[in-house]
Amino acid sequence: MSDTSSAGLHAWLISDSPTSRRQARLGQLYRQWLAFKRNPMAVAGLAIIVLLLLAAAFAPLIAPFDPLVQALDKRLLPPSAVNWFGTDALGRDIFSRIVHGTRITLVIVLLVVVTVGPFGLLVGAVSGYFGGWVDRLLMRITDVFLAFPRLVLALAFVAALGPGIVNAIIAIAITTWPPYARVARAETMVIRNQDYIEAMRLQGASRARIIWKHVVPMCMPSLIVRTTFDMAGIILTAAGLGFLGLGAQPPMPEWGAMISAGREQIFDQWWVATFPGIAICIVALGFNLLGDGLRDVMDAR
Amino acid sequence: MTAVTQAPPCRASAPGRLGRWGRALSRELTTVVITTFGLLLVTFFIARVVPIDPVLAVVGDRAPADVYEKARLALGLDKPLWHQFAIYVGKVFTGDLGTSVLTSQKVVDDIRTVFPATLELATLGTLIGVVIGVPLGILAAVNQGRWQDQIARVVGLIGYSVPVFWIGLMALLLFYAKLGWVAGPGRISVVWQDIVTTRTGVIMLDAALDGEWEAFWDAFSHLILPAAVLGLLSVAYVSRMTRSFMIGELQQQYVIAARVKGVSEAAVIWRHALRNAAVPLFTVIALSYMHLLEGSVLTETIFAWPGLGRYLTNALLNADMNAVLGGTLVVGVVFIGVNLLTDIIGRLADPRVR
Amino acid sequence: MRHVAKLMAVSAFAGLMTTTAVIAQTPKDTVVMAKQIDDIITLDPAEAFEFSGVEVGANVYDKLINIDIAKNNELIPDLAESWTVSPDNLTYTFKLRKGVKFHSGNPLTAADVVYSFQRAVTLNKSPGFILRQFGFVAENVLEKVKAVDENTVQITVSKPFAPTFFYNCLTSGVAAIVDSKLVKANEKDGDWGNGWLKLNSAGSGAYKVRSYRPNEQYTLDANESWYKGAPKSKRIVVRHVAEPASQRLLVEKGDVDIARNLSKDQLEAVKSNDAIKIVQGDKGYILYLGLNQKNPNLAKPEVREALKLLVDYASIEKNILEGTYKGHESFLPQGFLGAISDKPYSLNVAKAKELLAKAGLANGFTVTMDTRSVAPITDIAQAIQATWAQAGIKLEIIPGDGKQTLTKYRARTHDIYIGQWGPDYLDPHTNAETFAINEDNGEEAKSKTLAWRNAWDIPQMTKVTQGAVLESDAAKRKTTYEGLQRDHQKVSPFVIMFQQIEVSAERKNVNGWVIGPSSDTNRYATIVKN
Repeated sequence: MSDTSSAGLHAWLISDSPTSRRQARLGQLYRQWLAFKRNPMAVAGLAIIVLLLLAAAFAPLIAPFDPLVQALDKRLLPPSAVNWFGTDALGRDIFSRIVHGTRITLVIVLLVVVTVGPFGLLVGAVSGYFGGWVDRLLMRITDVFLAFPRLVLALAFVAALGPGIVNAIIAIAITTWPPYARVARAETMVIRNQDYIEAMRLQGASRARIIWKHVVPMCMPSLIVRTTFDMAGIILTAAGLGFLGLGAQPPMPEWGAMISAGREQIFDQWWVATFPGIAICIVALGFNLLGDGLRDVMDAR
Repeated sequence: MTAVTQAPPCRASAPGRLGRWGRALSRELTTVVITTFGLLLVTFFIARVVPIDPVLAVVGDRAPADVYEKARLALGLDKPLWHQFAIYVGKVFTGDLGTSVLTSQKVVDDIRTVFPATLELATLGTLIGVVIGVPLGILAAVNQGRWQDQIARVVGLIGYSVPVFWIGLMALLLFYAKLGWVAGPGRISVVWQDIVTTRTGVIMLDAALDGEWEAFWDAFSHLILPAAVLGLLSVAYVSRMTRSFMIGELQQQYVIAARVKGVSEAAVIWRHALRNAAVPLFTVIALSYMHLLEGSVLTETIFAWPGLGRYLTNALLNADMNAVLGGTLVVGVVFIGVNLLTDIIGRLADPRVR
Repeated sequence: MRHVAKLMAVSAFAGLMTTTAVIAQTPKDTVVMAKQIDDIITLDPAEAFEFSGVEVGANVYDKLINIDIAKNNELIPDLAESWTVSPDNLTYTFKLRKGVKFHSGNPLTAADVVYSFQRAVTLNKSPGFILRQFGFVAENVLEKVKAVDENTVQITVSKPFAPTFFYNCLTSGVAAIVDSKLVKANEKDGDWGNGWLKLNSAGSGAYKVRSYRPNEQYTLDANESWYKGAPKSKRIVVRHVAEPASQRLLVEKGDVDIARNLSKDQLEAVKSNDAIKIVQGDKGYILYLGLNQKNPNLAKPEVREALKLLVDYASIEKNILEGTYKGHESFLPQGFLGAISDKPYSLNVAKAKELLAKAGLANGFTVTMDTRSVAPITDIAQAIQATWAQAGIKLEIIPGDGKQTLTKYRARTHDIYIGQWGPDYLDPHTNAETFAINEDNGEEAKSKTLAWRNAWDIPQMTKVTQGAVLESDAAKRKTTYEGLQRDHQKVSPFVIMFQQIEVSAERKNVNGWVIGPSSDTNRYATIVKN
C-alpha cells in the first residue's frame, strides 16, 4: 500500500467495475485504507503500534543500557541526561527496561490473540451454525467463563499453573475467548440464513466446508475489530498479573511488575512506577485508537 | 468492551403470551441453574488444582507433622475429589458456604462484611460514571464528528487504556501524599473505627443514621479516590454506549418528525431521544456496575479497601477453598442475576416481544 | 438514602476541604499502629505461632516465667513468684503470685495453670510441641503437671533436660495461662474453647482483646487492674497496612503513631522528618537460602561452598537492607546462648569458579529459586542472580505468593528456597533443631525440620545437636553450640546471610515502645503518648 500511487493505479483500484476477483479485493482494501487515512486518531494509533514494533525490533540499539545489569551504587537515581527515566531499586536504567519490555508486551499480546482468535471463532461459528443443543451446550460453557471476574479467573489459573510468562499467556487466553465466541456466534446466526449459504447447502457442500469457507471469513471483520480492541485489554490484564507478582519472572522487564516494584518507592522516587505506567497507557491507547479506526472502516454498523 | 449476554432469540410463535412467557422464564431459570453449577464446578477444580497447600492456612508453616495431618483430615482433603465436591454442593444448597480457614469465620458472614464495602465503592463509581458519562455521550452524539465528539472519544479511549492499579497509585501520590486533599488507604480513619454502629455495613450510611457527620465525611474522604478511579472506567464505557444509542435514536423518524414540528432541540434530545435510549442505557449501566464489582480487585489492593475483591484474592493465594468458592459464587450469581434482569427488561421494552 | 445522596452531591468539594481538617491526630490515650497483620491465623495462645498472633498473646496473657529484655534477656518471675528444680533436673516446683485476677475478675490459681498446660498439650496445635517435647501427652499431662495447693504447681519432665531450656520454653506464648472458668464456659463440642479464643481473649495480662477483624485490625483495651499496674495507654489499635510506603505516609501524617514495617528506603526518608523517631531491636529472624540436596548439582560440597562465596553480602546489606537486616552467617541469631559472629564468607568470584571447576561444573549450571514476590526478597534474589551469573550459574527466579513457595518447599520439590526463619522460643535448641537435626530423611519422616526440607542427611550432627539439650552445664552447652555452628557453616546446604533488625518509626510524642528479641517480648504496656 503506497501513498505515492500513480493516478493509474488509483483509478484501477477504485474502479466501480473490477474485472478480476483480485482487483475487487484490493480495491476494497484500498478504499478502506483511504477511509482509515482520513481519521487522524486512527492514524495516530497506527503510528503508536508501528513505533512499538520498531522499538521491539531494535530494542538493543535503542536502549542505552543493558536492561538486566544491576548497579547497586546507582540505585534510585532521578531522571537525568544519562538515565532518561531514572534508575530502579537495583540501579537498572528504567528507559532501557521499558524499551526491552516492549518485546514482552508484544509476545503476550500476539500469543494470546493467536490462541484465542481461532478458538473463539470456531466455538462461535459451530455454535451459531448448528444451533440446537450444540449451541446451548457451548453457550452455557461460555456463560460459565463469562460469569467469572476475569482477573480473578486469570489469577486462579496462574496460581494453578505456576507463575511465569507462558502460564500468564495461557491464563489470559482462557479468560479471553468467551466474548469472541459470542461475537462469532451472533455473526454466524445472521449469515447462516442468507440465501447463498442455503444455495451452497443445496449444492451439497459439507458443513465443515461451509463453516470454514463461508461463515468464518464473514465473521472476520468484526473479529479483527474486536481483537484490536481486546489487545489493550490483554495488555492491561497481563500488567495486572505482573503487578500482583504472578506474571513475568524477575528480572524480566515486564511493565506491570516494574510498577509493582516501584510501589515501594512511590512517594519518594515517583519515576520508578510512573514511566512503566505511562508506557502501558500509550500502547493500550494505541491499540484502542487503531481498533476504533478499524471499526469505522471495516464494520460500519 | 463487554459482551452483553443475550438469551437465544425467542423462536416461539403462536401460543398465548402467558405460555411464551412461562417458557422463556423456565428457560432462563434452567440457564441460571446450569451456569451456577458450572461455575461451582470450575471454581472447585481450580481451587483444588492450585499447588497451594490449604492446610498451611490452618496450622502455619512450623506445625509438627502430627498437627498438620490432623488439620488435613479435618478439612476432608483425604477424600476423593468428586466426594469433596459432592459434599460442598450439598452444603451450598442448604445455604452453608462453609468456614474460611483464613478468618475462621463462616464464609457467609465474611461476605456479609466485605460485600457492602465493595458495593459502596462500585455504587459511587457507577454514579460518577453515569453523572459524567451520560451527558458526555449525549454531547458527543449531538455533535457527531465535531470536536466535542473527539474529546468524548479520547476520554473514553483513555478510560480503556489506563491500568487501574497504576492510576490508583498516581492518584494516591497526588491527592493524598502531595496535596493532602483526601484520606489515604483504608475505609475510615482509626478514630472513627468501631464508633459507628454497624447496621447496613455501608459505613457512610451507618454514620448518617447515627448522626455522626464527622465520621460520615471521614468515610467519604476515604471513598472518593478509589471510587473516582473506578468511575473513570465507568465513564469510558457509559459515554461510549450513550453516544452510540443516541446516534441511533437521533436518526429515527420520530425525531425528524419532532424537529419538523418545531420542538426545541433540547426537548428533542432530552425528552424524546434520551427517553427512548433509556432502556438499553439502563442495561449498560447495570453491566458497568457489574464490571466495577469485579474490577475492584486491583483497586481494593491499592487502596487497602476491605472489600470482596481483596477477600477473593487473599483467599485464592492462601488456597482458602471455601472463601474462594463462596466469593466467586456471589460474584457469579450477581452477574447471572444482572444478565437475567437486563434480558427481562429488554424483553419488556422490545416492541416485537411486547 | 436520598438525603445522603443529595448531601454528597451538593457539598462534595466543600466536604473534601473540611475533611482534611477532620483527619485529625489519633486520640491521646490510644496508640495506633500500622502493621502487617495478615499472618494472624488465631489469637488462641495454644495455637498462635505466627509473629503477629504471638505478639497479641504477649500483651494479653501472663506466663509463669518471663524475660527481662532490659537485662540481657534474663529470666524473671511473672505469675510464678519463685521456683525450684530437683537435683535430678526432673521435677520443677512453682510458687504462684497471690491475688492475681483475670480480666473477667476470676482469681488466678494453680488450677488455671494446670488447665492451661493440659489444654495446650491436648489441643496439640502448631506450637504444642514446645511443651510436648518435655514428655507431656494428653494421657499423662494431669500426672505430670499437678496443683499441689492453691498456689503451688509441680511439673515433672521426662528427661534431665538443661533447666534453662525448660525455663526458656515456658516463656513462649504456648505456655500462657488462660482463665479456665471463662474458657470452659465458651467450650463447644469439646474444642477446649479453641473456636472462641481464636477471636477473643481470656487472660490476666496488660491488655484484653476488644475486637479483632482478620486482615483488618485488632483493638486492645487496657487491663486497669493488671498486677504490675495499669498500662500507660488505655487502648492499642493495630491496623493492617500492607504497603510500607503507605505505613510511612500514615505515620508522617499523624494518622498512626507507630509504623512497624518500614523498608530501607522508607526509613531513610523518615530519618529526615523532625516529627518522627526510629526505634529498633535485634530480632531472631534469619534470612537464608535453602539448597535442596535432591538436586545433584547442589548436593556437591564444592557447589555449596561456591554458592556461599557468590553472594555479595556487603553490597546487599548496604544497598537493599540497611537498617533492617545485618550480616549474619550462622544459624543462632545474636542474643541467643552460643551465638557466634563469625562471617567466613564474602563475595569471591574467582575462588567460587575454582570450586565449580573442581566439581566439574566449570561452565556453571541452571537452577531455580522459589521467591516470594515481596520486598526485599525479590530484590535480594535478583542481586544474587546477578553475582551467580558471573560464575556462569543461571538462576531462574520463580516468583510466587508466600503460601505457594512454602508449599513447594515443604514438599521438597524446590531447587533453592529463599526465606526467613524465626526461632520458636528463646533457646538455642529451637534453631539448632531445625537447621541441624534430621532424624529420618525419608519422605514420610515424622519430624520435618529445615534440614529435612532440604534433604540434608546428617546422622552424626543430629546426635550432637540432640545431646546439647541435655547438657545442664551452661558453659559446656554454649561451647557445643559454637562448635556446631562452625561445622554447619562449612558443610551445610544453608547459605545464611542476614539477621533481621526490627525497626519502627514513631511520632516524637510516643515514648516507651521497646522492641524485644522475639514476638513474645514485643510489649505494649509501657507505650505512652505525651
